[in-house]
Amino acid sequence: MAVRVQFENNNEVGVFSKLTNSYCLVAIGGSENFYSVFEAELADTIPVVHISIAGCRIIGRMTVANKNGLLVPSSTTDTELQHIRNSLPDTVKVQRVEERLSALGNVIACNDYVALVHPDLDKDTEEILADTLDVEVFRQTVAGNVLVGSYTALTNRGGMVHPKTTIQDQDELSSLLQVPLVAGTVNRGSDVVAAGLVVNDWSAFCGMDTTSTEISVIESVFKLNDAKPTAITSTMRASLIDSMS
Amino acid sequence: MEYMPPEPDIAPNGTQILCCQCAVPIEPNPSNMCVACLRAHVDITEGIPKQATLFFCRGCERYLQPPAEWLVCALESRELLAVCLKRLKGLNRVKLVDAGFAWTEPHSKRIKVKLTVQGEVMGGAVLQQTFVVEFVIQHQMCDACHRTEAQDYWRALVQVRQRANNRKTFYYLEQLILKHKAHANTLGIKPKHDGLDFFYTSENHAQKMVNFIQSVLPIKCQHSKKLISHDIHSNIYNYKFTFCVDIVPLSKDSVVCLPKKLTQTLGSISPICLVQRVTSTIHLIDAYTGQVCDLSSTQYWRYPFSPICNPKQLVEYIVMEIDILKEHEKKTFPGQGAVSSKHVLADVWVVKASELGLDVSPVHTKTHLGHILKPGDTVLGYNLGESNVNDVNLDKLNRDSIPDIYLVKKHYGERAARRRARAWKLRHMHEHPTSTTDDDYNEFLDDLEEDPTLRQHINIFKDENKIPVDTDEIDPTLPRITLAEMLDDLAIEDVDMTEV
Repeated sequence: MAVRVQFENNNEVGVFSKLTNSYCLVAIGGSENFYSVFEAELADTIPVVHISIAGCRIIGRMTVANKNGLLVPSSTTDTELQHIRNSLPDTVKVQRVEERLSALGNVIACNDYVALVHPDLDKDTEEILADTLDVEVFRQTVAGNVLVGSYTALTNRGGMVHPKTTIQDQDELSSLLQVPLVAGTVNRGSDVVAAGLVVNDWSAFCGMDTTSTEISVIESVFKLNDAKPTAITSTMRASLIDSMS
Repeated sequence: MEYMPPEPDIAPNGTQILCCQCAVPIEPNPSNMCVACLRAHVDITEGIPKQATLFFCRGCERYLQPPAEWLVCALESRELLAVCLKRLKGLNRVKLVDAGFAWTEPHSKRIKVKLTVQGEVMGGAVLQQTFVVEFVIQHQMCDACHRTEAQDYWRALVQVRQRANNRKTFYYLEQLILKHKAHANTLGIKPKHDGLDFFYTSENHAQKMVNFIQSVLPIKCQHSKKLISHDIHSNIYNYKFTFCVDIVPLSKDSVVCLPKKLTQTLGSISPICLVQRVTSTIHLIDAYTGQVCDLSSTQYWRYPFSPICNPKQLVEYIVMEIDILKEHEKKTFPGQGAVSSKHVLADVWVVKASELGLDVSPVHTKTHLGHILKPGDTVLGYNLGESNVNDVNLDKLNRDSIPDIYLVKKHYGERAARRRARAWKLRHMHEHPTSTTDDDYNEFLDDLEEDPTLRQHINIFKDENKIPVDTDEIDPTLPRITLAEMLDDLAIEDVDMTEV
């Protein structure tokens, strides 16, 4: 189920939050509204944590995360790093990286198994990324854009890319990622999909401007509608119906 | 509204996304919306008024181009379109692609302009939209018409006056004005007692007229202005200007008596002189010695004098005997001014035409008309000895030095006969009232025939309507204007003069 949310009147919720299958990071805002929406949706399954990176709220663009780990830029202070380590489950590896392209969220898009990275990303960062997040790394562009992290929203079940991504590129990327991809928009036609949308395997949060058409695209590509009852409705359905008939 | 696809930066390869509003599959574009949604979402003609007002002056049928220009435009003309488009604010924010008129009934006071504009929306998408703006025509009187309506459209006035007994100078001035087209900016001409009023819209035009008159006639000019209204805040003063032009009150064939000081500056000319001609200067001749002089207007106004005899007092005399003076018989003295070479001095014995046949002895006098007079001719002159003249300068003269008879010009017989023989005419600014001025006018025409110098500055036209008179009937001695001096009348319509 995709939820519309705003961060202090701003629709770019992907900038101020990070959502994975094992935890959720939320920027420290002036009001708790933003946090409450996440809390209401996720609190009974995963921890929702307030953090800041180098004193900034744009944590979604500065960090890269999946259920296995979290990479933060070198500008993160020790206190912040300590706070993150304390708040996250012990299974999550938190790592600080020395990377020139410090907005890691913009240059890296990943799910729990694969990551697409900016073609100019440091070799060391690539290794740390592979180790920490436990992913396979591919240097790629999306619709001619090097900022793959900004223009791609990925989960283990699907992905959304820049609206101008060609069919060939989509095919190539989806064969690398092994998930279905779709070109789409959020926030009433905005093409920076990762900035307008945070998503994990069973839930999604998008900007308040997102139209119902866009939500239906998001829900269908990330298979959010059948998230909970997956096993029963999809994989087991045929056999159940078979057996019942 | 049509959708203009932006330059395809990625080759169109069938990538389609759903329109974010209505879920129709579309090619991705900067706004990621289908055309219908985009149209519903943004209006590029927003801020351009769909209705506006045009001001139109019914008097002169012109349109107002704000702030203060009035333009003549035909319906559905380029000029009118320009006026309409300038009335629309907000057109600079979009690109105007096309504009044209939609037909409206000419009397509907509505003008419809169909505009096609292109505008950029939402980061690069270019939309084209066609819409109609309706202009309502409202009536507003333009400044010029307003003034006409208020009978208040002259700003400057030139009052030309001559305190003389006849209007010949004005006939001459009229011909000069016509020849030089000096009346081009004149709003109106109004005859006044002993003069004319010329009306103008601006002081400059009036000044130009004054300068023109100054160049052709000896005048004195006074300038004055009258405050009509003023605005102390904007420092605008509204004046009416008046130029009072005084023409020297002398006319051809008058006899004058010069002040003594003036005669000294003019080569000791005899004080009693004949006004030969009045052009930009006053030409004087002394009939007794043939001495001539030119008097400028400044000299005249320094020592003003008035005529002692006017052409109305001319008396006809018959020449009984004439004796051309020999060279040695002429009186000369050192310091004498120029002597006319065109005139011949003669001793002449004359009898009044009214006394002809009675037993009177001819009176002796001298004349400058020796070249055209012969015994038996009629000549016009003044009987100074018997006339009662009140003149300060004349009183100072010795009575013996005043001639009894002063001959002025030869008389060429009946005026009616001369009129019949006249095969030319003059152009006029407007029709003359043919009443008392007729005599003056005919005298003026006679003068033109007799004096080639006078007519050299004016245009004379062939009179096509005149029935050619048998040349045998015409006295060959009559002064005539040769055909070479005449112009063909181009049948040009008179310039319309509006009534003041």
